[in-house]
Amino acid sequence: MIGQAVLAALAPGEQQHLLDARQMQALSFSVHIPLVCFGTAFPAMILFAEWLSHRTGDAELRRLARRWSRVMVALFAVGVITGTILSFEMGLLWPAFTATFGSVFGLGFAIEGFSFFLEAIFIGIYVYGWDRLSPRLHMLSAVPIILTGFTGSFMVIAVNAWMNHPSGFHLVGGQVIDVHPWRALFDNPYFWHEIAHMYLAGYIVTGFVLAAIYGFGWLRGRRGRYERAALAIPLTIAALAAPVQILVGDWAARDVAEYQPTKLAALEGLGRTEKGAPVHIAGWYDAGRGEVRYGIPIPHALSFLAFHRFNAQVQGLDAVAPADRPPVNVTRFAFQTMVGIGTLLALLGVFYLVVRVRFKRLPETVWFYRALVLAGPLSLVALIAGWVTTEVGRQPWVVYGSMRTAQAVTGAGPIPYGYATLVIVYLAVAGGVVWILRRLARAELAA
Amino acid sequence: MSLADVPMLFILAGLIAYVALAGPDFGAAIWQLTAGRDEDGERLRDLAHDAMAPVWEANHVWLIFVLTVMWTSYPEAFGSIASTLCIALFLAGLGIVVRGAAYALRSGAKGLREQTRIDTLSAGSSILTPFALGAAIGGVASGRVPVGNAAGDLWSSWINPTSLITGAIAVATAAYLAAVFLSGDAVRLGQPELAERFRRRALGSGVLAGALAAAGLVVLHEDARRIYDGLVSGDGRPALIASVLAGVATLALVVVRRYEPARYSAALAVAAIVIGWALAQQPILLPGLTIHQAAAPHTTLVAVVIAVTAGGLIVFPSLALLFRLTLGGTLRGGHGDEGTAVAPAGPPPARALVDVATQGLLVRGALACLVVGFGFLSVLDAGWAHAIGVAALLGFIVLGFVAVLPRDLLGDA
Repeated sequence: MIGQAVLAALAPGEQQHLLDARQMQALSFSVHIPLVCFGTAFPAMILFAEWLSHRTGDAELRRLARRWSRVMVALFAVGVITGTILSFEMGLLWPAFTATFGSVFGLGFAIEGFSFFLEAIFIGIYVYGWDRLSPRLHMLSAVPIILTGFTGSFMVIAVNAWMNHPSGFHLVGGQVIDVHPWRALFDNPYFWHEIAHMYLAGYIVTGFVLAAIYGFGWLRGRRGRYERAALAIPLTIAALAAPVQILVGDWAARDVAEYQPTKLAALEGLGRTEKGAPVHIAGWYDAGRGEVRYGIPIPHALSFLAFHRFNAQVQGLDAVAPADRPPVNVTRFAFQTMVGIGTLLALLGVFYLVVRVRFKRLPETVWFYRALVLAGPLSLVALIAGWVTTEVGRQPWVVYGSMRTAQAVTGAGPIPYGYATLVIVYLAVAGGVVWILRRLARAELAA
Repeated sequence: MSLADVPMLFILAGLIAYVALAGPDFGAAIWQLTAGRDEDGERLRDLAHDAMAPVWEANHVWLIFVLTVMWTSYPEAFGSIASTLCIALFLAGLGIVVRGAAYALRSGAKGLREQTRIDTLSAGSSILTPFALGAAIGGVASGRVPVGNAAGDLWSSWINPTSLITGAIAVATAAYLAAVFLSGDAVRLGQPELAERFRRRALGSGVLAGALAAAGLVVLHEDARRIYDGLVSGDGRPALIASVLAGVATLALVVVRRYEPARYSAALAVAAIVIGWALAQQPILLPGLTIHQAAAPHTTLVAVVIAVTAGGLIVFPSLALLFRLTLGGTLRGGHGDEGTAVAPAGPPPARALVDVATQGLLVRGALACLVVGFGFLSVLDAGWAHAIGVAALLGFIVLGFVAVLPRDLLGDA
């Protein structure tokens, strides 16, 4: 058999396609995370629009909530399948990781499965229950969707926080002993900033993506009551959440400085441990010289941000062996992208808030709406850049300090084929999603 | 029976639920393909879609449940199975992706041509997924998955006599369950002529599934003797008998057009065969690895039992509600925006949510929350301070939202 001949050449053991496996995993996450954002934040916005329609008797708001709920269920269905692929990949790509540590972290995913269950059940009831349940019951059925969106993220982030700051086990000869799954997942100081950061990101991404869509309509002259509501609800949430995210991000960076100094050094391109360390904006990390070149330095800023003291000592990359350092430029570029976009989004949000409070109207300049149209896709870029920052910044470890990614990977050969197939399938799915969203946007709906 | 076996019971229960609930979804897609391109065919396809739509997501979560409990409770076995059977499982995953995407797309499809195209896609994937999952189970049952990271043969572990027949049985079972369920759904929806069409399909696919199951015993006799002995003369025998009886009873019920009891006896037949396999295979999970050896440490098993029990207490009443609403017809017939939609009651008088006086207060309150949040989260370093800071920042977002949202949306004149 041809297949067998190929496999003989790629005998299990050393996996030469580690990078393919990591990229396949990264692709799967990049597709899934935006859908997660919509799963966590969209239901709350839809429920608010429906509640408001009942309160004010405004049929336009009801029409909006209804159309959004159809979009939500389509996106949720795609989220179910991309989430299923992720759970398959836990075994297909990283069997040694699950085989070794499944008993420690797996519980988080099992509980997340129940969240997912409840979300799926009540999405079915909510979306298909329009006009068939009483308004009160119908709105009530959306509440579990909002809550489970939070608990689901909570569990997944608990596992990720554990991978970054593992505890609750001892590793002896490649076997875990003395396992405490509850403690591993829920008694972790690294967890809290991650969940706050991710949950806010969900609202920011959902808010700005929706605002971008209706901002585009605004530029095209679609400015009726329906469109005003569709623009204002998500935009107001995102505009408030974006500045808050900067504060939460700063908190996250201080936790990283404390628990993962090597990741912080990679984020900032800090080659050598030093006191009064600077921040560099842009530039390129030169591994040979151990410093950032062509960047704009801000003296003492890193020491202050990380430890609140201008002359605090910040650990550099030289504190660990070269084999234990993450790829600096990828991590740093992703980090700067996230921070840069996050700052722009916060500025845009503050501008909107000021106009609303000061002048009691929506912004009128076309530049604001042009910026909104860009803010949607940029918020997605920031989201994925943030995920790259934390995941690539943890390398070469899959479980920080305990298991290397290279030890976790499958011994099976045909990763590149799987990766290529998944790329094609996901491109087709993406095309399909765009098609259905356009179709749903144009569909005529009763109030 | 000890604590180490309990998660396996959860896994089997989840597997049965997945086969009995998501199986008909795949089966329905297969029937959509064979429905023909005339108007009758369209009605059949629509019913097959609408009957599944409200429960689709929930049904598919069962598989995720099975996977997560498996890797938490029997991590080493999970890693071995997933790495050796990676091709079969990847194909199953792709099939699920295509099926789910087709499901999402169909709600926006207009006209026969678009729908037929989408249905073709989803039918193809609906054959692929049950087959690949069945083949993977066949690989485990016939002992072709050794312990280790991709230690078994990547191809013969799922392309072998036991896997092929198990995969074929899985596809036939999915089609059969779908036809039985949809017969009942058609009657409920007052479409007896559609019910007749599904009845014929149920009888045909039921006989086929039975024949394949009988052939499966012959294959097991040659290829997986341990499972054969376990089923025919060992612990699995009662389950095998129960499955045969339930299968025959279902056919009889379909013949006399008693579709509602047939729904349950069909599910029972499937459940019995899964239980029979488990009884025949235990106590060995993989060659050289018993369930007890594969089990996670005691603390983890306790945690899994607690989590699944607590989760079940919440999920089961919710599921019951969903199925009651679906089978009762409350959630049937699309998104509720067609002719069935009830006109909303006349609008109540608009009531101002926030008057102008309180708006100023809200803005000030929001700003105060922001300052407090900054102080506690960004200046202070203690954990308790961070908790207060995050709460204050949430307060900023909530108060700010009410203060900043345009007045007219809030019912303010």
